Amino acid sequence: MTVNLDPRTPALAGVGADSRSREVVLDVRNLKVYYSTPTGNVRAVDDVSFKVYQGEILGLVGESGCGKTTTAMAILRMVQPPGQIVGGQILLDDTDLAPMSERELRDVRWNALSLIPQGAMNSLNPIMRIKNQIGEAIEAHEGKQPKAKLKERIFNLFTLVGLPSRIYDMYPHELSGGMKQRVCIAMAIVLHPSLIIADEPTSALDVVVQRVVGQTLLDVKQRLGVSMILIGHDMGLQAQLVDRLAVMYAGHMVEVAPVANVFAEPMHPYTQLLIDSIPSIKQRKPLKLTEGLTHDLRNPPPGCIFQGRCPKVMEVCRSVKPLLTEYKLDHQVACHLYE
Amino acid sequence: MTTSAQTVPAGDKIQPRKKSKLNRWDSPWLNGKFIAGVLMIGSIMMLGVVGPLFWDLTLSYPASSPLNLPPVFVPGYGQTAEQIAADKPQTETTTTSSVTGGNPFKKQEAAKPSAGTAGSLVRFGTPTWAHPLGTESNGRDMLAVLLVGAPRSLYIGLIAATIGMFVGIILGFTAGYMGGWVDAVIRTISDSIVVIPSLAVLIVIAAYVRTVSIESLALLLALFAWPGPTRLIRAQVLSMRERGYVQMARISGASAFSIMFKEMMPNMLPYLAASYTGNVSGAILAAASLEALGLGPTRIPTLGMTIFYAIRAAAVLRGMWWWWGIPIIALIIVFSGLFLMTTGLDEIANPRLRGRKAAA
Amino acid sequence: MGGLTWGYLLKRLGMWLLTILIGTTIIFLIPRLAPGDPVAAMVGRMSAQSGFVENSAQIIEAWRTKFGLDKPLWEQYVRYMGNSLRFDLGYSLASFPSRVDKMVLNALPWTVGLLLVATLISFVLGNTIGALMAWERTPRLLKSLLPVTLTFTSIPFFMLGILLIYVFAFGLKWLPPSGAYGRNLVQGINWPFISSVGYHAILPIMAIVIASMGLWALGMRGMMITTSGEDYMILAEAKGLRPSRVFWLYGVRNSILPQVTALALNLGAIVAGSLLVEYIFALPGVGYLLYQGIVTSDYTLIQGIVFILIFVTATLVLILDLTYPLIDPRITYERG
Repeated sequence: MTVNLDPRTPALAGVGADSRSREVVLDVRNLKVYYSTPTGNVRAVDDVSFKVYQGEILGLVGESGCGKTTTAMAILRMVQPPGQIVGGQILLDDTDLAPMSERELRDVRWNALSLIPQGAMNSLNPIMRIKNQIGEAIEAHEGKQPKAKLKERIFNLFTLVGLPSRIYDMYPHELSGGMKQRVCIAMAIVLHPSLIIADEPTSALDVVVQRVVGQTLLDVKQRLGVSMILIGHDMGLQAQLVDRLAVMYAGHMVEVAPVANVFAEPMHPYTQLLIDSIPSIKQRKPLKLTEGLTHDLRNPPPGCIFQGRCPKVMEVCRSVKPLLTEYKLDHQVACHLYE
Repeated sequence: MTTSAQTVPAGDKIQPRKKSKLNRWDSPWLNGKFIAGVLMIGSIMMLGVVGPLFWDLTLSYPASSPLNLPPVFVPGYGQTAEQIAADKPQTETTTTSSVTGGNPFKKQEAAKPSAGTAGSLVRFGTPTWAHPLGTESNGRDMLAVLLVGAPRSLYIGLIAATIGMFVGIILGFTAGYMGGWVDAVIRTISDSIVVIPSLAVLIVIAAYVRTVSIESLALLLALFAWPGPTRLIRAQVLSMRERGYVQMARISGASAFSIMFKEMMPNMLPYLAASYTGNVSGAILAAASLEALGLGPTRIPTLGMTIFYAIRAAAVLRGMWWWWGIPIIALIIVFSGLFLMTTGLDEIANPRLRGRKAAA
Repeated sequence: MGGLTWGYLLKRLGMWLLTILIGTTIIFLIPRLAPGDPVAAMVGRMSAQSGFVENSAQIIEAWRTKFGLDKPLWEQYVRYMGNSLRFDLGYSLASFPSRVDKMVLNALPWTVGLLLVATLISFVLGNTIGALMAWERTPRLLKSLLPVTLTFTSIPFFMLGILLIYVFAFGLKWLPPSGAYGRNLVQGINWPFISSVGYHAILPIMAIVIASMGLWALGMRGMMITTSGEDYMILAEAKGLRPSRVFWLYGVRNSILPQVTALALNLGAIVAGSLLVEYIFALPGVGYLLYQGIVTSDYTLIQGIVFILIFVTATLVLILDLTYPLIDPRITYERG
């Protein structure tokens, strides 16, 4: 059964401009993740806050190294040493994940919070059959299940994401890239978690397969009403898939707004540059090279983090850090331009 | 509305790690294991250089010293005649083996005094400083044997491994670089030789060609030393062939030779070095094994042959531990040193094996 | 389960055959490359050993015809190959008229037994220790075990055997210094015999296990570290699986594959080592028989034994090669 979803369907349908009336699934407050190195602490995530509402896809974008994957790993509490969560709260369904023990986390993981990893190529255990990999996720959290029920459940999952039932007994290496990624999606939704973090799920795929996987994600969201964080750096793809967009730069959150608003009226200079740099078939535009230096993440300058590359930088930007403020309805930005 | 702090408040500091400044002492070549290994091997080599200067090496020949003297530092030797007389002879314990087939040991064991308590060790002479590490039943001084034999063992291993590595480099590069049927032939042959237990074949050869010199022994060992390096180098060349810098060199018209030696070799050095030390170890082991079976050079004292004589004279069960113990300790030092060097070089070649502290 | 295909099977069988052929050819060539007439040399050495050989002229003639030494080289080769592959290995020179194949057959079970038991224990133990070393949750006490096992790795099996005999048989007198079983025992399936065999087997097996364990441990630890960096480990943790499950099913199971390859590659060395162990402990195996052959210049025995050794080793490697696809479903006909 194929997934048939017109990609031009506005992803905003049903969300509306007033997302604040919806339930909050994830509330990240003042998250700080630092990596300690011999020459100082790298501030990978520096005081980041955002919310994810019920039933929406929040896109998390930014260039490589801006801290989006680290944020995702921090939410999962899977930051690897020498990285460490130094401060902040991670409220999933009103429970703070930050101080939890490993044992408590194991209950939360996959049950309430799941992951669609970046490289599906290698994310499946090569020596386990697909049925067992999905099955173990179920049994780890719900206890031993009768084989027939398990099989039925997994087949339903396959239908949901558009996978043929013959892959049930196969090994990962027998599947194509797109199939593997959809297996990961299926695995992520099997326990109906409150939040799914999709870490660049289409980056490693070719364009055609990207579309299929993207459609699957949307379909899953529509049918099951799961909330998602979709991490990526392809603005075009984000535009098609997400409801709200959160833009990160060098460990800071710079702009958060519904996706249409961000594209129509980007407020932060960085966002403007990002959108400008999307190649367009319709018009020829010169490549805008951003000038100035990116700073060393160990020694951020006082004031705004973007001062080195901002075309609209002002005096105040060099000394005072801008706070993420809601200047327009449901549109937050951290920039002195709007004060 | 969210706020963001302008400075990092004190409570947000992570437990600081030991502040270590990156400096030249962090060079990967200064690997602890590697250096320890080098020191061990170096000291064995020093024995060969320094030894002749202060000790008379002719004492390593048979019948040059009093027989069966224990080393100087062993207590409880040299008892008086009364004590010797008072010592009751031990009944023969079940030291003789009960085994099917002819046991050449049996005839000799029956004639020797039985092993057991320290009292029976008195039958050996009084230790003296003239022979600080003792002597054995053929009249060789153990210190002299050590000073002659230990460097010799190293020498054999180095020659065999060098030849093996040399052949391996040639064949490995050829196979990896040229591919096709050349590669298939070389790979198939080296793969099948690796499986053959080399010691067995070496035994056959040595059994037929009884008079072996050190050099011919080394050559023999080299026969089985080349498949290992060949496989390794071939694998490395294959993985490097498609790398960017190699293709650049090809495009700019560099000859195959210059690509091999200027582009690929430098990147393979730690792997090559690790393989080399591993081969030296293997060659020395093969030589020692052949000698322990009695197939080694007979005129020149080597550690393996010493062990052979010791076994043949049932030195283990007579308690003459210095006879076989000293060669064994020397060989353990050699093997351990080479092993440390190999492991150290492995870590130098593959930073991930160094553990967490290298990850930063 | 697994991807055992006909192509793979044929390829492995081909290698098996090639190894045996190359090995046998080498053995064939050696006596003929050695200076002098091999048969006369054999008899010459025999007489040097035992004084005078009866009917030396007849023996030489019999050997000549039997082995076709009067025929051209290639014909000898064919004959030799044919004989060897049918396990017709001739008569022992020193224990004439015993047949080499009979002698080897009597000795082989001891060798194979020692080899299999010791290698299995060493492999399992070594890899388990190595895997535990790489796991953070292993208590620190157990982690100090690795350097200890490693110190023994550098010692060749037979030297460790000598040390063990000295300590346990000579010094502490807990275990017998040599032999495979006590005197006056009847071979067969009876308890006194079997228990005696077990008792005598302890030291030889210890020698091999202790000296080879460290290598497996080190390799396994390295592999576990490599495996822990793989993407599927991240997903496994994110799934909230029990740490023990992640350790065994994701970590160990994936790390063991290269270790099996390493086992196949090292088998030649392990066999050689256990030969010497048999020699030291006077176990009635093929290694000890080989030593006796060396001492008595029993060339046919030596050659026959070496042929059998090559055969056994190649066969064990073949078995390992064939089990590999069963544990790693990705392997079909292409390997490494």
